[in-house]
Amino acid sequence: MSRRRLLAIARKEVIQLGRDPRSLILAFLLPLLLVLVFGYAITLDVRDIRLAVLDLDVTSESRKLVDAFEESGYFSVHRRLERHGDAERMLVGGEVSAVLVIPRDFAADVAARRGAPVQLLLDGSDANTATIALGYADAIVSRFAADLLPVRDVSLAVEAETRIWYNQTLESRNMIVPGLIAVLMSIIAAMLTSLTIAREWERGTMEQLVATPVHRLEVVFGKLLPYVGIGLVDVVLASAVGVLMFGVPLRGSAALLLAASVLFLLGAQGLGIFLSAALRSQVLATQAAIMVTYLPALLLSGFIFAIANMPAALQVVSYAVPARYFITVTRGIFLKGVGLEALLGSLIGLAIYSVIGLALASRAFRKEIA
Amino acid sequence: MTALSRFRIRQIVRKEVRQLLRDPRSRPILFVAPMVQLLLFGYAVNTDVRNTPLAVLDLDRSAVSRELADEMVSSGYFEIAIQAERPSELVEALDRGQVVIALEIPPQFSRDLASGRGASVQLLVDGTDSNTGTIALGYLRRAILAYGLRKSDLTESLAKGPRLEPRAWFNPSLESRAYNVPGVIGILILLMCLLLTSFSVVRERELGTLDQLRVSPVKPAELILGKTIPVAVVALIDLALIVAVGTAWFGIPLRGSLLVLLAASLLFILSGLAAGLLISTVSKTQQEAFLTMYLVLLPSIVLSGFFFPIHSMPELFQWISYLNPVRYFLEVVRAVFLKGAGPVVLWPQFAALLILGTTGIAVAIRRFARSIA
Repeated sequence: MSRRRLLAIARKEVIQLGRDPRSLILAFLLPLLLVLVFGYAITLDVRDIRLAVLDLDVTSESRKLVDAFEESGYFSVHRRLERHGDAERMLVGGEVSAVLVIPRDFAADVAARRGAPVQLLLDGSDANTATIALGYADAIVSRFAADLLPVRDVSLAVEAETRIWYNQTLESRNMIVPGLIAVLMSIIAAMLTSLTIAREWERGTMEQLVATPVHRLEVVFGKLLPYVGIGLVDVVLASAVGVLMFGVPLRGSAALLLAASVLFLLGAQGLGIFLSAALRSQVLATQAAIMVTYLPALLLSGFIFAIANMPAALQVVSYAVPARYFITVTRGIFLKGVGLEALLGSLIGLAIYSVIGLALASRAFRKEIA
Repeated sequence: MTALSRFRIRQIVRKEVRQLLRDPRSRPILFVAPMVQLLLFGYAVNTDVRNTPLAVLDLDRSAVSRELADEMVSSGYFEIAIQAERPSELVEALDRGQVVIALEIPPQFSRDLASGRGASVQLLVDGTDSNTGTIALGYLRRAILAYGLRKSDLTESLAKGPRLEPRAWFNPSLESRAYNVPGVIGILILLMCLLLTSFSVVRERELGTLDQLRVSPVKPAELILGKTIPVAVVALIDLALIVAVGTAWFGIPLRGSLLVLLAASLLFILSGLAAGLLISTVSKTQQEAFLTMYLVLLPSIVLSGFFFPIHSMPELFQWISYLNPVRYFLEVVRAVFLKGAGPVVLWPQFAALLILGTTGIAVAIRRFARSIA
């Protein structure tokens, strides 16, 4: 392999990229925009759940209970209803997520201490919000009930002292931003996949490239290099926005983060080259790349959805998803501040992936050229 | 604009269909890929916390402390992955990400509980996955609270006071799959429309065949119709496949009318095609179209309420989401599937889809006409 020829291919690729400045701008705009949208919009913290209240009792007791819901900060009273029929309409129309129904004899029941049920109707179609809302409502009513007891200092028999590590406020952003880097990398890799090699085939310039005295490995690496560069700039951009704007902590080593990114990029792009050499069409290769790199990175990597919750078969599949290892590494570095020792397993996984990716890429070339 | 010719539209449709199907490798992408994605989404997109790995460090080693640990497991939400002997093992398990949550029962636990002074346990939570962390912590706290209440003498007096009787409508077992699978329809239709149209014009331009079309007597509107009709058909077939698999395989109830679903899908497809065509006409190269597609696709998914509740977003993003057709389509799909809702309830969403779809298409046609004129 000659350095000169490799760099010549890389230079050609850079010049080609430079001729299409709009794509280049998009490649850098994408991480910024995604971090902003994901950082601001994604919050799994459920607050201000829209609640409708059907208070059939209308006493100071029932008002106190409604206030307790409102003051919790988890619910906001969106509507006050008059009839049961309204409750159904609200839930079907999706105007509120829950309806609190306080029956007519609530205050009397409380005073008589014969058990005073209140109903919470939940829109179960959004199971996630409903589950969380139920938890909050349970806590609010329990607290309300405990406060009514004659003994004021009700100490519960078992107290749970909680300490949350790595992300004390359980901020979604801290989880999203490191994961997003992996998703971005797979998009960048897919771009190389679907476009640069397939484009040469579509335009017929691949034959010219093959006719020159470059070795296939030189083509593979020469094509990879500029995109690894773009990928690394994207990592830096996304991290900078995450750290500076959203206050995501970067506790570990930035150098290790970049090194892991290079491994991941090499593997993903090697795989991409393999796909695009096999498919030879930009449209097809794009679609294949979405299936092979992007969707698994989004769904099977633990980016948002916990792998432990998936069916066993899918959990096994997730071991073959490199983004899984990469996300373990990025979260480990950003939030846990752990180093090489704790991440060794995942890094080895990434290294294996990059070797496989590159091997596939160079094999695909040999076959095509022969 | 002079009258459109049915004949010329049909010719373009034929050309597009041939192009779509000529390549045997592209056929699986049209119909198999959506299925794979549906299965992936159906199984992977799961926000129910079940079998969360838990580490337990029981320093008390009494019957009572074992009872507490067993209780956590019997809830079905947790699975004891690590039975630690020393505190350092808990730290290690969390550092390595082997468990999400750790329960430490102190040595004097059973004594404190018996004495009535009140006992305490420690929970260590891995906050990196804040979603699982929040939900798991909620469950574990409730389980411990319930355990504590049972052990105390308060149970009886609390039962005499106010208590909550929850009832979940539409999805009594609160399974997240029933919410997610119908949502996948929206995401997949959007993805299909964007994938198949974003490249359609720019590809012809890059290959130079657009000039041939330009000198042919085909009008821009005919060309657009010819290019989009096959995509709409593919999207509808995918819709049928997804509905069939969603109800038959995942057991999602379809309580509303299929007709309402179809009508909403047609309106939504308009928006998807408009977005794809716009991307294709403003892009100079396929590479650019590809990146722009992501620039459109990801925010439309994030701001649609597919994974993340819109009402928890900052005000600004809630406003932006009103311009997102995916948002309305998901509301319709979910309401039709789970709530059996009809046009009486859903007319605002239909109106929004209609307005967004028709303006989108109108803008796309105008831009396109100008770009090839």
